[in-house]
Amino acid sequence: MITHALLRGLDGKAWLVVSILVAVAIFVPASNLLLSPGHPLYVPNYLVALMGKYLCYAMLALALDLVWGYCGILSLGHGAFFALGGYAMGMYLMRQIGNRGVYGNAELPDFMVFLNWTELPWYWWGFDMFWFAMLMVMVVPGLLAFVFGWFAFRSRVTGVYLSIITQAMTYALLLAFFRNDMGFGGNNGLTDFREILGFSIRAPETRASLFAATAIMLAIAFVVCSAIVNSKLGKLMIAVRDAESRTRFLGYRPEYVKLFAFVVSAVIAGIAGALYVPQVGIINPGEFAPANSIEVVVWTALGGRGTLIGPIIGAILVNVTKSYFTIAYPDLWLFALGALFVFVTIFLPKGILGIATGLMARVDRRRLPPEPTADAAKPTPAE
Amino acid sequence: MTVDRAIARCVAGFAFLLMSLIAAFAQEETIPPGSPAIDLLRQLPEGSFRERGEVIGALADTGEVALVPILRALEAGSLFVVTETGQIVTTQADGDGVIATDVATGEEIGALASSAVEQIRVNNLIRREVRTAVSQLTLMSPNPARRIAAARDMYASANADSVETLDAALAAEDDDAVRAVMEEVRAVAILRSDASLEEFEAAVSTIVARGGSQSIGILQGALSTASEELQPTIQAGIAAIERNLALWNVAQNIWYGLSLGSVLLLAAIGLAITFGVMGVINMAHGEMVMLGAYTTFVVQQVIRTSYPELFDWSLAIALPLAFVVTGIVGIAIERGVIRFLYGRPLETLLATWGISLILQQSIRTIFGASNREVGNPSWMSGAFQFGGLSITNNRLWIIVFSLVVFAVLLFVMKKTALGLQMRAVTQNRRMASSMGIRTPFVDAMTFGLGSGIAGLAGVALSQISNVSPNLGQTYIIDSFMVVVFGGVGNLWGTLVGAMTLGVFNKFLEPYTGAVLAKVLVLVAIILFIQKRPRGLFALKGRAVEA
Repeated sequence: MITHALLRGLDGKAWLVVSILVAVAIFVPASNLLLSPGHPLYVPNYLVALMGKYLCYAMLALALDLVWGYCGILSLGHGAFFALGGYAMGMYLMRQIGNRGVYGNAELPDFMVFLNWTELPWYWWGFDMFWFAMLMVMVVPGLLAFVFGWFAFRSRVTGVYLSIITQAMTYALLLAFFRNDMGFGGNNGLTDFREILGFSIRAPETRASLFAATAIMLAIAFVVCSAIVNSKLGKLMIAVRDAESRTRFLGYRPEYVKLFAFVVSAVIAGIAGALYVPQVGIINPGEFAPANSIEVVVWTALGGRGTLIGPIIGAILVNVTKSYFTIAYPDLWLFALGALFVFVTIFLPKGILGIATGLMARVDRRRLPPEPTADAAKPTPAE
Repeated sequence: MTVDRAIARCVAGFAFLLMSLIAAFAQEETIPPGSPAIDLLRQLPEGSFRERGEVIGALADTGEVALVPILRALEAGSLFVVTETGQIVTTQADGDGVIATDVATGEEIGALASSAVEQIRVNNLIRREVRTAVSQLTLMSPNPARRIAAARDMYASANADSVETLDAALAAEDDDAVRAVMEEVRAVAILRSDASLEEFEAAVSTIVARGGSQSIGILQGALSTASEELQPTIQAGIAAIERNLALWNVAQNIWYGLSLGSVLLLAAIGLAITFGVMGVINMAHGEMVMLGAYTTFVVQQVIRTSYPELFDWSLAIALPLAFVVTGIVGIAIERGVIRFLYGRPLETLLATWGISLILQQSIRTIFGASNREVGNPSWMSGAFQFGGLSITNNRLWIIVFSLVVFAVLLFVMKKTALGLQMRAVTQNRRMASSMGIRTPFVDAMTFGLGSGIAGLAGVALSQISNVSPNLGQTYIIDSFMVVVFGGVGNLWGTLVGAMTLGVFNKFLEPYTGAVLAKVLVLVAIILFIQKRPRGLFALKGRAVEA
């Protein structure tokens, strides 16, 4: 049944995205490893890592789109799930350092030795095993989202209130992870990684494989999201987004629908974070900063929310621009980002993809007899 | 960690050095020529220890305050006699020899061979005599502050012998403040002597009245030596002080909490208006606070360069300016951006976040990213003691200020036409519009008012926190928490919310540390919202659901 659902997720749009991603997953590593540096199609090492980073961000934006675009939950705390997944991966990578740290302690990471800890805290147990760490990458963000969502949705915290408390959640985690006593490396975070699954993390081959893995994971996440939004449950999510009270009166339980979307989204964000950490080589509490989470929202909004493809485009577009600006005009980046926020909200409520579909619809309309517009079909929100 | 401790020790050592220097400068007086003290000083090196002790007693009787540093030097063993002339000197090493300074006249004698001077030897008897003499001299000093300091100095060393000295000093004393301190010290001295039971009990009650952790130490010291019948009195005394201390501790925490609460109130109250009345999430609110703080900075810069005598008025000048500046910026934001986004609160949130980024970066471009120095006018600095509370003036003023702002705002909302219109729009926008209220105008004014109040908050916050482009960011989440906790659209809710959060935070801090306390408060609010999704003081009615 699941296969069936996933297959249904592969509609025309999804086929396109998946094939592009798979092509990228094959082409970039191949070009990086096989071609000589002088070749015009050669992708240099730094670019592989950079593009890997963009794809992780794209995955995060995709996760946000599932809850915001389809379920109307504007989470300003998705960075927290991303960072938690990253920390779970970081913990695994820390344990892989073994006795090659500065203090040469096989059992304890360097920062614990520095803090005079004598034994590994219980929540670090098991992170030397890859499968366990990968499980935690999904379980920890998922569990947090479940508990948080369970309370929030059941008591009908909605709209801006929900946004604000998700922001408070990531802010609280930020403060907590800054503490040395937490056992996650304090404000230095986790870094200085050596190996992943026995391969050197700095080797071009490993980096290329990580990139390929990221592209493939993004494709899988896209198919999963696509399957969800195309299913009956997806229709229900949209119903909850547009008229929550009305959906409730029809006998559905909007809180469970939201909870499902929120948890799935958190898990995807966690996976994105886990793929992000080995490629950038560090995870620190700064990832929990509320500003990061809000930035994700603007990627999604720019690309077009409720489209699944839009957020991926938006995330890559904004981050490419950011990379360019922060090198060329570092002082201007915040102006540009700020202006982007204002511009997108006022002039591009449906994002880039919204404009594109709008243009296409206009072309279609010229050929076809007029249909009832989308606005008429859309129910007005309950007051 | 050891490095920290070493640094702390260095700092403490430096502070001590500085204080001794200041003390040295304060006691610059010299012995007037012809005073009997000069002759007595010359007798110091002669005779047995007992005879020399009597000389010291006689020195004390002369009442020359200038003798105090000399006697201290004697106690420390750094007083010398020049064997040839009999002059009493202090010395400073200089190559092989020494440079001697005559203590009686304060004149430098010049370089001498080390063998030309001889240390004046001291034993415990002499030391005791010196201490008594010093306290006698200082307790009799014409300067009341020095008398108090002298009495305080005796606290640790007070014993049966001190009682007499203190009695003499008390008999001559007519300053009430000095008397009080002396009586306390006398009580301590009695505790350490074998006085009668009544005297002892009186002493205990004097010490209990003084309170403080030092008094507990004194009583505990007395406990070990006191006789069987006195034990219960002392124990009751200790218990009383501890109760008292615990009470003051609670009071101090409440005070800190109210102080934090007033800061939160200032930061949040403008937000309560824009959020409550217009349903607009203004993420740029923190930047309005920052603009207010920078206005203060600019005002102070102008005053410093052009009218230095007006410095104490700088805040009074900055307040209306900050209100106007941020109010205008607020109205501009409302007219320029937010107006297009009514009914779409989530989009407003994003747009105002964008505006906040732009404002931050503008300030960073103009003023630089580093902290800016905003000075405290004289009436804002300093502190005073109120019972067991130490209260700093700037915190006190900020509490007063926040309450004044609150009261004025309440007045505007309840008693003016604009306030009436605002409340009408809050309750039912469409109906208000039908009644002829220009809702767009009310929106602009409301936003301007909320932003202006943020500017006022900025002036106040510039006095207690760093003025940097990130100033607003530090307060924005906290202020949202206050508004959400207190309930939207209700000023009283904001007041109660701010003060509750402030006090709650400060009570947690001693147990958990500042960061964890904040985390716990955030978690508590998140849980609280589950229980009451609309805050403490929720608006009722249909408008709420919109």
